[in-house]
Amino acid sequence: MEILVCVKRVPDTSENEIEVNSEGSDIERDDLVYSVNEWDNYAVEEAIQIIDKVGGSVTVAAIGDDESEEVLRREMAMGADKGILLSDEAFEKSDGRGLATILKATVEKGNYDLILTGAQSDTGAAQTGAMLAAMLDRPYASLVNLVEVIDDSTLKIGREIDGGNQEMHEIKLPCVLSIQTGINEPRYVGIRGIRKVASVEIPTLGAADLGIDTATIGDSGAKTKCIDYFVPVMGEGAEMIEGDTEEIVVKLVEILKSKGGIK
Amino acid sequence: MQIFAYIINKNGKADDTALELALAAKKLDSEAQVTAIVAGSGIDSVCQEVSAAYNDVWKIDHAALAYPDSEIMGKILPKLLPEKAVLLLAHEYLAMDMAPGLAIRMNSAYIADVTDIEGLDGSVAKLVRQEFSGMVSTHNTCDLSDGAVITIRPGVFATEETPAVGGSVVDKSGDIVIPETQRKYLETVEAEVGDVDISNSEVLVSVGRGIEEEDNIEIIKELAEAMGVDYSCSRPIVDAKWMEKSRQVGTSGKTVKPKVYMALGISGAFQHLGGIKGSPFIIAINKNPKAPIFQVADIGVEGDILEIIPELTEKVNELKG
Ligand SMILES: Cc1cc2nc3c(=O)[nH]c(=O)nc-3n(C[C@H](O)[C@H](O)[C@H](O)COP(=O)(O)OP(=O)(O)OC[C@H]3O[C@@H](n4cnc5c(N)ncnc54)[C@H](O)[C@@H]3O)c2cc1C
Ligand SMILES: Nc1ncnc2c1ncn2[C@@H]1O[C@H](COP(=O)(O)O)[C@@H](O)[C@H]1O
Repeated sequence: MEILVCVKRVPDTSENEIEVNSEGSDIERDDLVYSVNEWDNYAVEEAIQIIDKVGGSVTVAAIGDDESEEVLRREMAMGADKGILLSDEAFEKSDGRGLATILKATVEKGNYDLILTGAQSDTGAAQTGAMLAAMLDRPYASLVNLVEVIDDSTLKIGREIDGGNQEMHEIKLPCVLSIQTGINEPRYVGIRGIRKVASVEIPTLGAADLGIDTATIGDSGAKTKCIDYFVPVMGEGAEMIEGDTEEIVVKLVEILKSKGGIK
Repeated sequence: MQIFAYIINKNGKADDTALELALAAKKLDSEAQVTAIVAGSGIDSVCQEVSAAYNDVWKIDHAALAYPDSEIMGKILPKLLPEKAVLLLAHEYLAMDMAPGLAIRMNSAYIADVTDIEGLDGSVAKLVRQEFSGMVSTHNTCDLSDGAVITIRPGVFATEETPAVGGSVVDKSGDIVIPETQRKYLETVEAEVGDVDISNSEVLVSVGRGIEEEDNIEIIKELAEAMGVDYSCSRPIVDAKWMEKSRQVGTSGKTVKPKVYMALGISGAFQHLGGIKGSPFIIAINKNPKAPIFQVADIGVEGDILEIIPELTEKVNELKG
């Protein structure tokens, strides 16, 4: 089976304090720790496990600047066979539709039976895979937490829904799936693994290589645009307890006692 | 403007978000005609129920829709809806499956998980949404001139009152042709039941990715034991298999309604908060002072849980003697 996994380089929100820059035009990008989008890592692991069972190859593709190459290499160190960097100034400021347009052109350059995306990225939009599937007119399932290959043309999949319940479906290949976390346990990538793929060539494709009309992507193709960033205010905010650990702990115990938190 | 709202329904009842979408539609355009779309099998009671809040209800009743099939809906809605329609859905499991593809098939704009609507300037809507796990918000423009599909975060337009409109039900079931599908629904497998049912717990000590390592889970269990209460967790802890799924709080886990909720090393993503009902007293400990959890917590501590939790356990044990 030929599998394409779409992967994105994102700031690691568990490692960074995300701050809005002074103009409100973006977040402060200096000194951020970046990694592969959590969901995409599960998608790559799933792809590798599938071809380990049925044979084939895994290609990872990322839309981004040169730095995204590092994410592709990391996923290749996990076991993906090929990487494609999709990079062009014309791709910048694309909305979801624009990104899906770029990925569609990439899919059409290959011969993929299965395309995986993460369920969502740092945008929180959870849109790219579904848009790509509709553009390709291929079947789609979101939030997939189980994949079983039945035969050359059919997969059995599980979709996670509310309350942790799971919907089971049969889906025809070629199709697009968005992968939910927890579907597997992504393997560890060590420095040695990364070194091994350090010199593998990763081709870069731009709009011209993909035959994309640049009016349909980037800022000009975007029907939705992010105009500024700000810090959300959701409620009144917590009353912060200050002091050294001893003082904090004493206060916490008092509060817990008064609220019935200690049985 | 013609606005439509897709109503999630189950077992003859409309989801809470049915009313929320009616409110969101009015906030987008107070003049708009708003039509509810109710699809399913045997849905008369749902249509009646939502008609109070909408100008019209379009009923699409078909045996093939007993399971809300996003592939079928994704293909019939673009044919059924007028050109340039604006369609609202609640941003949850069905919408994530169906809505982005609908926007492509309708050739309209798409914007997901909207948390506020700031108004309309001509045909351009100004909408708020969040990025980076809720750490920052953004203002967005969405050009509605070719129509749009917009998903609304559940709960943000929650309301007690029903906007009294009082519409009528229009049966559209005869106007659709069920297409061939490439994806076939088989069954729904219920979530496994664990050793404790945290949905009934009065107090929860809940831990998130801030616990860093599996071995550290022990300190959470020790605290819960000292307090004499149950422990629970956020999703990454279950994904890593450090706790069983039945202890996960959130939209894809358990809905809990404790009196006191301790969020330890939990950032406060909306899918996590979505599982916490009944406005408990929330105590949050997090090393990041900007973590969204501090916006909803009553008491906050900026600090390292690995340092604070063992001390807290000791103090609680002292107190109990
Ligand atoms: C469809 C869908 C459904 C989902 N359903 C759920 C759900 O049901 N439940 C759920 O929880 N999530 C759910 N999620 C995932 C959700 O979006 C978040 O990814 C998740 O809640 C984050 O968990 P967390 O807060 O533990 O981790 P993170 O967001 O990584 O936060 C960890 C926090 O710990 C803090 N921290 C780190 N180290 C320390 C330390 N030593 N001391 C103190 N603080 C520390 C960090 O500052 C950070 O704020 C769902 C996602 C999707 C897409
Ligand atoms: N820039 C990108 N490059 C490659 N894949 C992407 C990119 N943006 C989004 N995706 C894919 O789409 C998924 C969902 O992202 P989103 O729609 O932004 O929430 C991600 O998990 C990726 O698989």
